[in-house]
Amino acid sequence: MTDAPRTGRRAFGSGSVASTPREAAAQDASPPGPLPANTVVDLAEVRQNAGIDDVLATLDRELVGLAPVKTRIAEIGALLLVDRTRARFGVHAPPPTLHMSFTGSPGTGKTTVAQRMADLLHRLGYLRTGHLVTVTRDDLVGQYVGHTAPKTKDVIKRAMGGVLFIDEAYYLYKAENERDYGGESIEILLQVMENHRDDLVVILAGYADRMDAFFAANPGMQSRIAHHVTFPDFTVDELERIGVLMTGSLGYRLSPAARRALRAYLDRRVGQPWFANARSVRNAVERARLRQALRLVEQPDPRVDLTALTTIEAPDLLASRVFDAASAGASGSVGR
Amino acid sequence: MRITQGTFSYLPDLTDDEILAQITYALGNGWPLSVEFSDDPHPRNSFWEMWGLPMFDLRDPAGVLMEVNACRTAHPNTYVKLNAYDARLGRQTTALSFIVQRPADEPGFWLERQEGPDRTIRYTTHAYATGRPVGDRY
Repeated sequence: MTDAPRTGRRAFGSGSVASTPREAAAQDASPPGPLPANTVVDLAEVRQNAGIDDVLATLDRELVGLAPVKTRIAEIGALLLVDRTRARFGVHAPPPTLHMSFTGSPGTGKTTVAQRMADLLHRLGYLRTGHLVTVTRDDLVGQYVGHTAPKTKDVIKRAMGGVLFIDEAYYLYKAENERDYGGESIEILLQVMENHRDDLVVILAGYADRMDAFFAANPGMQSRIAHHVTFPDFTVDELERIGVLMTGSLGYRLSPAARRALRAYLDRRVGQPWFANARSVRNAVERARLRQALRLVEQPDPRVDLTALTTIEAPDLLASRVFDAASAGASGSVGR
Repeated sequence: MRITQGTFSYLPDLTDDEILAQITYALGNGWPLSVEFSDDPHPRNSFWEMWGLPMFDLRDPAGVLMEVNACRTAHPNTYVKLNAYDARLGRQTTALSFIVQRPADEPGFWLERQEGPDRTIRYTTHAYATGRPVGDRY
């Protein structure tokens, strides 16, 4: 009870603190009054200040290939930038709908791009916080009657101000079971996608053919998503560059022979079943790390230097079972 | 009679923008918020009905305001308040609590005096509204 007045005072003190974000928001919004019609605005400078170039440059540097995706992101970035500049002249249009669907094979970078997208939209002032909430069917759909709506709403509330990324979205709708609760979840999502358009961006991701079936069964969803982005499979060249980038980010480098081995590995692996693009490359790199570590520990001379510790040699990669499988013509062994 | 409970209760009713700013402040401090409603305004009634569960892991105030508005729509003529809970060890208490909706007409309280032995008097307050059954009070 003695705490009560103290708490009260503190809370009132907090009132003045709380006004700061509001003031900041007011400064953010726009300078007082629209710009005169004959003003000339340097878009390049606005871009620079918004930090878009930064995001796009990192995107270009860290994500190999994915040309159509990058084009779409650049388009969206440009649109939001132009919208913002128009607003400064007093031309206000309702904010564009940015709900998206990402379709592509496994390992083509859908989640990674979603993360970048959240960051980009935040920098452009479209999203307030720019965080990414990744969910699957499990997080949205309940197990019994009346369980789904609160669960879905809880996820939506967590994602507000950022991006809600629904992985393998087609599992939400099960055509063969009409008593499935996924439909309820979709309905709530549709409502939020319409009414809270400026509070969150919903990105649905999944494999192309199954997403098509999902959209065919849910025309409402199809029409509320403005951007359908297709993630192409990587070519072997791109995969090789990805492998080099990955080893680099782990603090390793490939010896020239190892790089040739990686190329040979990828040439064989691409045609095999369960190939998952960049994810398969990551797994190959991880296994090469294991073999490299074992090679170093078991070598006759136990002394190592930095070069030895950070270099992956060709045998580390050539030990992969992919090379056996290719010679034996077997397809049952998967990427060991 | 205007009920004064919780923070800001001597100020004019907060607008939605002001409520958003308060929610932003609470979230910035890492306090999860919850929405509660009641039609029993007695100051010692600390057990208001919960509107859904407390909202954890929120980053943005829009989600909280969405629940506030849902509660307002479902219970248009009751008291609705927002609580922010500080879970830090050593505090573990409601850090901020304020009313975000009140009934259009608040009849107030009557004071009852009970005479005891030796001219002692015990005081009790009753809300006029609670004389009527739940759901029919405002």
